[in-house]
Parts: sequence; C-alpha cells; structure tokens
Amino acid sequence: MLPMPEPTAVHPDDMGYVPHAAGFVANEGPKLVSGRFPYEDSYTLECALATGAYTGLRAALGRTPDDVHTEVRDATLLGRAGAGFPAGVKWGFCPEGVWPRYLVANGDESEPGTYKDRLLMERDPHQLIEGCLIACYALGLSQCFLYVRGEMALAQERLAAALNDAYAAGYVGRNICDTDFSVDITLHWGAGAYIVGEETALIESLEGNRGVPRLKPPYFPAVIGLYGKPTIVNNVETLANLPWILEHGAVAYRGFGSEASPGTRLFAVSGHVVRPGVYEVEQGVTTYRDLIYGLNFCRGIRDGNDLKAFIPGGASAPWFFEEQLDLPLEARDVGAAGSMLGSGAIVVMDHTTDVVKACLRVVRFFARESCGKCSPCREGTSWEEKILERILDGHGRPSDLDLLLDIGDNISPGPYPVAAHGAAALDAVPFPPHQTTICPLGPSSVAPITSALRRFRSEFEAKITRRDGIPVQSAPVADGAPA
Amino acid sequence: MSYFTEANARTAAEVIARYPRPRSAVIPLLHLAQEQEGWVTRDAMVEIADLTGITPAEVLGTGSFYEMFRFHPVGRYLVNVCTNISCQLLGGEELLHHVEESLGVHAGGTTDDGMFTVEEVECVTACTEAPCFTVNYRYFHRADSDTFDAVVADLYAGRSPLARGAQGDHGNLPAHGTLGRLRQHIPDDRRAGVVPPEEAGEEPVWLRTTPATAPSAATSTTHAPDA
Ligand SMILES: Cc1cc2nc3c(=O)[nH]c(=O)nc-3n(C[C@H](O)[C@H](O)[C@H](O)COP(=O)(O)O)c2cc1C
Ligand code: SF4
Ligand code: FES
Repeated sequence: MLPMPEPTAVHPDDMGYVPHAAGFVANEGPKLVSGRFPYEDSYTLECALATGAYTGLRAALGRTPDDVHTEVRDATLLGRAGAGFPAGVKWGFCPEGVWPRYLVANGDESEPGTYKDRLLMERDPHQLIEGCLIACYALGLSQCFLYVRGEMALAQERLAAALNDAYAAGYVGRNICDTDFSVDITLHWGAGAYIVGEETALIESLEGNRGVPRLKPPYFPAVIGLYGKPTIVNNVETLANLPWILEHGAVAYRGFGSEASPGTRLFAVSGHVVRPGVYEVEQGVTTYRDLIYGLNFCRGIRDGNDLKAFIPGGASAPWFFEEQLDLPLEARDVGAAGSMLGSGAIVVMDHTTDVVKACLRVVRFFARESCGKCSPCREGTSWEEKILERILDGHGRPSDLDLLLDIGDNISPGPYPVAAHGAAALDAVPFPPHQTTICPLGPSSVAPITSALRRFRSEFEAKITRRDGIPVQSAPVADGAPA
Repeated sequence: MSYFTEANARTAAEVIARYPRPRSAVIPLLHLAQEQEGWVTRDAMVEIADLTGITPAEVLGTGSFYEMFRFHPVGRYLVNVCTNISCQLLGGEELLHHVEESLGVHAGGTTDDGMFTVEEVECVTACTEAPCFTVNYRYFHRADSDTFDAVVADLYAGRSPLARGAQGDHGNLPAHGTLGRLRQHIPDDRRAGVVPPEEAGEEPVWLRTTPATAPSAATSTTHAPDA
C-alpha cells in the first residue's frame, strides 16, 4: 500500500467560513457529513481515502445485506429531502422477488432557500458515492443513477472525476473491493425544472420524458419506479449519512440529536442574519432561536433589527414568527406547530421586509415551476401571482384578499387545524395540505399567502385602494357592498 | 451526414451505453448538442432521435420542458441572476436591474454583439451567499454591481473571471453549452453492466452469497487498492 499524502487542511477565516466551501461555517459541534469540507482537496480520492472514505463500505461488505438494512433502520435515518420519511422503512417497501431494483440519488436541489446537497456533491463526492454503494449492497439494487441538477456544473465535474477515480481504484463497478458485489453508478443530470425534484417526475425525466409527476398510487417508487421496477429514491444528504452510520453503528448515531430525530442535519440559513451560512446542526436539541441568534451560529439579525418572520423549512413551508423561535429543529415538533422542517432551509426576514413583495416572489416561483398537469395548480398559481402583483402595483381590489384565500382553498381545501392556529385557522387553508392536485407543488404555493395574510393582513390592505381612492383599512369589503 | 463531430459521436455512444434504455440518454445528448453549438438545432434533434430510437418530435417534446435547452442561438455567456426569496431580501432585484441597464438588454434578451444573454432565474442553491448570479453556470457569490462589472470587463478583455471568488477555478470560463468539463468514463474492464428492466427476475449474486465474498479467480479482474 502506498503511503497516503497528508491532506492540507484549510483554516476557516475570521468569520468561521471555510473559504473553499462557500457558505459553510466550521463552527463547534459534531460533523457527521461535513467533516471533510475544511480540507481544500476534499473532493479528491487521495484526501477522501486519507480521511477514512470507503471505511463504511468495507464495514458493510463484511456483513450480510440484511444486517446492513437493519443497522440503517435502527439508526432511524430520516429522509433529508423534506418529508422526513425514515430511510430504513422506505427501503422495506421493495416488493419481494421483483428484480431488478434500482437506486436513484436525488441531487436536484432547487427548493428556494435550500443549499446543502450542492455542497455535499461539490465538496465530498466520494462520501455520496459510498452512501449509494451501501444502499445498493443492502437492498440488492442493480444499478444506481445519480441525478444532479442541470445547473450545477461544478458538482457534475467533481462527481465525474470522483466516479472515474473510484472505478479505477476498484470501489465502483465490477467486483467492488474484490467481492462479488458489482454495481454501476451512472452520472445523470437534469436541465432546469424544479418539479423534477419530485421523485416520480425525476423518474420520468430519467426515462427521457418531460418531467411531470406520475399519478398516485403507488405512493412509493419502491413499488413501481424506474422502467416500472422497484426503485429507491433518496436525497443526497440522506445517502451521505450512510457511510458514517455503517462505520460507527446505529447506537453511536443515535447519540446525536434527539430520540425522534437522531443525527445531524445541514441547515442553510439565509436572509437578514449576521452570519448566513450552512451549518451542520444536531437535530431536535437545537432551537430556531439558537440557530438564528446563537454565537456559534448566525449571531442574530443584521444591524440589530427585529425579526419579522422566518421560513422554517424551504419555500413550501408556512412561515413562522417570534413565538415559534423556541421550537426545536425537529420534524415532529415543527409539524405540530403547523409548518415543516422541510429541506433544512431557513430564510430570515427582518422588520424592514415588505411581506407582500416577499410573498409574491415565493408564489411566482410556484407559478413558474408548475408543470401544468393539474388545473388547480396550473391556473391557481398564476391567479395568485397576478392578484398579488396587482396589489403590489397599487391596483388591488378590496375583494382580492378573500379571493386569494378562496383560490388557495381550491388548490388545498379545508381550514388549518384550529389547535395549531387559533381563530385565524378558520380563514386559512390546511397544513399539511389536502390536495386537489397530483403533487404537493400546487398546495405549497398557498403556504406563503396564508402565512403572510394571517399575520400581516393590514399590510396587504394598506396597499389596496378602493375605487373612491380611500385605502382599505379593516376587513375587506366585498365588491359592490356599501362602503 | 451525422450531426455530431467524431469525438462527440463517440461520447454519445458511450453515454447511451450507460442506460438500460436509450431514451434515457435524451437529456444528456441534448446537453452534448448544446455544448457543440451553443444551442440545440433541428439537425441535432433529428440525430438524437435517430440515436435513441424515438421521433424528432419526441426529442423536442422532452427538451422543451427544460429551461436550460435553447432552441435559438444565445449569447456566448449566459448571465443568470437569481431574484428568488433569499436573494431578493439582499438585493437580487437591484442586481438584475443593474445587469439589464449596464448591458442594455431586458431579461431574456441578448446583447447586439452576441456576448451576453441575461435571464432572471429561480433559486440556484446559493441562498446563504445571496445575492448571486451565474455565468454559464459558474457561480458568483455575494455579488454586487461592482462584481458584475468586473466580470464583464474580464470577459471582454479575454481574462477568466473565475478567480473572482467562483469555485472550481481551472482554466477559462467555457462558452455557453459546456457544463462539467470532465466526463464520466467507465473502463470496459471495470464495468458491472447495465441491468435492463426486462432482464428476468433473479436477485443479484451478492444477495445469494452472504456476506459478500471474494469472487472466484475466473471472474475477478480487479484488485482493490489497499485491501
Ligand atoms: C415539488 C417537489 C420537489 C421536490 N424536490 C426535491 C429535490 O429537489 N431534492 C430532493 O431530494 N427531493 C425533492 N423532493 C422530494 C422527493 O419527491 C423525494 O421524496 C425525496 O427525494 C426522497 O428522499 P428522502 O426520503 O431521502 O428524503 C421534492 C418533492 C416535491 C413534491
Ligand atoms: S400540482 Fe402542479 S406541479 Fe404538481 S403535478 Fe399538478 S400541475 Fe404539476
Ligand atoms: S434564492 Fe437566490 S440562490 Fe437561492
């Protein structure tokens, strides 16, 4: 065996940022998936091997595939894409005796506010490759497709290089590590469409079609997926956790985070904070307040400003406010409070923010990215966009606010649970959404509207002028009703 | 006459061979065509249809769904400015205005000299590094109008602007169409082989022998590096 060169560690700058991993903060705390980021050459096979890459794979290969599956199930590895479904359980949905089975790694990251999978692919491609291999070994998946978002040129380049090196070194391909485990990993990339991140749309895209979600059921591609065969779709960060779990075991993994949400997660905090960045954080034990105000994390709101609102888990998540700051970063608690931890994207807005403008920007995203397959989403999202646009431009009508809620109710019918939101629940739409659509994109567009309207209705009203030129001040008046 | 250059035709064949069904290669091949000419021409679609066993209309049907594919010529440099929520909060829209004004085109337009096409885009996953823009999909983080002006000056002067904080700096910023400059290549002696869905139902060999055992000498063609 050749001696391994010492990797050159790079020291974080004054603010704690690692210069070569833009936005990543090397703060205090356990680093299960970002441990290699500070090395300047972390993406090379040399550095990866010198810092323990493929140890988890070797550990897995020394055990039976079932054993490996059990270890992952015991670790309670929750999916990192958004829904937080336990990977070990999802893996169990592959029907017995149907072969071949495929793996698709979902690297299509495009939910506004989310920035973690790109870092994982650019900074540590070997960790992801190792994770894919462990999943393939455990479940007997015959081929792996690594679906990378089209716009991520550097991630594609780094993954291509990493795969070529890993093939040459015997870690991928035929007879991996001199065993009878053989699997090809095919690097695939998209071409710009948010909806392709939805797993059935991803599969359509991988089959060479327009990236449009499939009708459910089946609810999981594990039953019927790529080319009609059982297919496991996991997020890049989910897969990146596997090497650590196999190297150190489920018990050690559960030593981090809380019982319901073990381990760590990468959170991207953006917007009006002093130190925006990507942080690896223990789930469940850290709160939003820690993350936004803590010295070890974002260090508060810029210029000492006040917090107005924050998006707790990506653009699809209903907004949170001051009162929710003490919630732990845990899917269950955040869900019970009426939103979602989602993709680990936190967007902070200070008191100078124009919420109507912010709301319109998020809604416009969904309107642009709707694939057009279902009428409530295709029509509804563009109605929402148009109405918000005219309110912002000073052409809003007094009836517009009710109209917005009514459209929302058509895309996602029913009231918010009263328990979570009090009286305000009655005029809002539900979360988690009831769907009149094939996928949750349409209902997601309703989240920013009901969040902003419920809280800042007067700011919307102030932008609406009645026909007689007087600003609307209180609850909206229906068109034609006496003023 | 074939559309792809000789080298690209070889790449295309290699790409197709990595999938159980050729149609899966449509998107990568459209990228390859875009790399060859900067945009996707009719001839390219006809050739891709030929290679993947579908019709040119089906190639267009798939391709037109995805916003990265251009069916008309665009500038040599595609400037994508993000105005989504995280960037908007920190001045993404103002940055877009500056870009439009300084280049004299609206989003969607191309400068008369064919150098720049400007687009207003959705989140490009650099939200903590807002506001940001990309040039031919290379990132410029925490950008302001000065950053943009400097990048434009570099490109007109024939210098690579990548040193200005963009990651993965090696070499010049390629013209529109080129994404990763390095491709996957699976050597024949390392290939596990694609597994078509039609292949009748046998579980993979390593599930039958547990834990994974060393293959018999006859099938073993490789050596792990540091066993
Ligand atoms: C509209 C929409 C967009 C999505 N985008 C992504 C994405 O960009 N990346 C991702 O990993 N999952 C995305 N998902 C979730 C996937 O459908 C799927 O649940 C996920 O890849 C499963 O990974 P996990 O179980 O490991 O979390 C999206 C879902 C929806 C409905
Ligand atoms: S909800 Fe919207 S994005 Fe989802 S399938 Fe329907 S139209 Fe397409
Ligand atoms: S919002 Fe601009 S990069 Fe995400």
